[in-house]
Amino acid sequence: MSKTKFILGCFDDPDEMMHGIENLQKNSIPIYDVYTPMPIHGIEAKLGIKDSRLGYAAFCFGCLGACVIFSIVYYTLVHDWPMNVGGKPSFSIPNFVPFTFEWTILFTAFGMTFTFFAATHLFPGRAPRVMDLRATDDRFIIAVDAKGNIPHDDITSLLKDAGAVEVKHNERKYVSYE
Amino acid sequence: MKTHNSIEERYEFAGSAKTWSLGAIVIGLVAIAIGFILGGEHVQRMFSNLLLMSYWFVCICTAGVFFCAYQYVAQAGWSASLIRVPQAFAKVLPIASVIMLIIVGAGLYFKHEVVEHGITEKVPYLYAHWATHGLTIPGSENFDPIIFGKKGFLNIPFFYGALVVMLGAYSFFGYKMAKFSEAEDTEGGMFNYDQSFKYACIFLVIFGFTFPIFAFGAIMSLEAHWFSTMFGWYNLAAMHVSGLSIMALVIILLRKKGYMHWVTENHMHDFGKLIFGFSIFWCYVWFAQFFLTWYANMPEESVYFYIRWEPEYKFWFWLNIVINFLAPLLLLMSRDAKRLTNRMMWTCIVLIAGHWLDYYLMIMPGTVKEHRGFSVEEIGTFVAFGGMFTFLMLSKLSKAESLIPKKHPFLDESLHHHI
Repeated sequence: MSKTKFILGCFDDPDEMMHGIENLQKNSIPIYDVYTPMPIHGIEAKLGIKDSRLGYAAFCFGCLGACVIFSIVYYTLVHDWPMNVGGKPSFSIPNFVPFTFEWTILFTAFGMTFTFFAATHLFPGRAPRVMDLRATDDRFIIAVDAKGNIPHDDITSLLKDAGAVEVKHNERKYVSYE
Repeated sequence: MKTHNSIEERYEFAGSAKTWSLGAIVIGLVAIAIGFILGGEHVQRMFSNLLLMSYWFVCICTAGVFFCAYQYVAQAGWSASLIRVPQAFAKVLPIASVIMLIIVGAGLYFKHEVVEHGITEKVPYLYAHWATHGLTIPGSENFDPIIFGKKGFLNIPFFYGALVVMLGAYSFFGYKMAKFSEAEDTEGGMFNYDQSFKYACIFLVIFGFTFPIFAFGAIMSLEAHWFSTMFGWYNLAAMHVSGLSIMALVIILLRKKGYMHWVTENHMHDFGKLIFGFSIFWCYVWFAQFFLTWYANMPEESVYFYIRWEPEYKFWFWLNIVINFLAPLLLLMSRDAKRLTNRMMWTCIVLIAGHWLDYYLMIMPGTVKEHRGFSVEEIGTFVAFGGMFTFLMLSKLSKAESLIPKKHPFLDESLHHHI
């Protein structure tokens, strides 16, 4: 049995890479992921990647921020120690708008950032997981999980046909730990 | 990927669009005439409505110039293929400016008698708070020390002169940017684009500093005792949202008529994002203006909200926020909503109605006060100006040789726009 874990098709042109994706899809070969040095419009739709769920996280963090500050200010300035500011009632809605608004945004922004970092393993101290280092430079990489996708030569030739400049048979998933 | 394209399309102004817009002008003018013939309080209401619609007309055309300018300055690609529509708005600006100057001039010139505190006074129909004779003459029985302190700004020569200069400048820049873009179609090259960029930069500097002054003069001075530094930005937001809504609506309707097949849901998505964002910005400045006044609680400031809190206006005061903030917030929140043509179209229509109400609430409490109404005068003036805007804008659009800027350097980016 081959020790190959991942087959990487390396392209130097995004259009040829898109062609490679089509070739693989036509032959019902599942694509593990695609790595490109720059964003390519329409690639998510082509790969059938589901919409990001970051928005739900944002909504939850926003609600949390609003509740936290509303509770703090309500407890301190209305319940525990009411103060007379300009003769206004202690609990008046216009007062509560600015900081509730600001904390909603604050929690949403930080919450989204941390959720994104956690989901993508980008937090500090974590070694980046890269399948091919040139994917951050000048190569467009299509990664195919080798397990169960045989024969490997067919995949190699499909990628070569699409214009891959190099096809790698990697025995390790990530190269960046080396 | 195709890098050269040869789209040939020209807008032809004919058929139902022409009939309906001309019909609207006629019906509207009849309604305006009825308003003036009825006399009495109706004349005051007519002047207020004419000021509202002509100011809004100017604002929407200026929004066209503003939109072109920031697209050029940002070197935005997505808007390149639809820039002819805001350019058509910009080309109507000189006519809109003349109409507004005539109405403001007439409002200052024609006077009527009002009885206030038992004294009969002859006051102009518009800007009576500061343009009435004797307000700034020490010793006169009308003397008003607050207006006296503002007479450097609120006097007819300066006020009218500033309006002429500002509207002239906006019209000039709008005209130049449209001309450069049309010359680009035949000449090609980067010269016209670079010129547009330069003019756009200069315009934005001038516009940013003068638009608040324009709003202070034209609208805020209707209640000259009151002042708010937020008012200029509040008006900028209102003008931008209504301008964007009308642009999006025009593009949607043109597409429904079979034009501009290259404009996709991706372009409408970008319009949706701008409309959504600036509706929230509108609410932000609206609330900031309200909040500062509420907190400070100074009589000369809170009078503005006091009069809008009377039963006559209170319902509309709240409805204003519901239509202009809650409606776009809920209707355009999700990504998919911005990509649905009909959702976008109806949101635009709601916002156009909403910002009419917004301007109505800026103007009416200062001019007609409790004699507010909503009938032939309001609807008629709206119909007249709506027809006039549609007619002028579409005939300018049909004068452009091509509905697409054929040699715009970012055209390909726009045609392949995808988000």
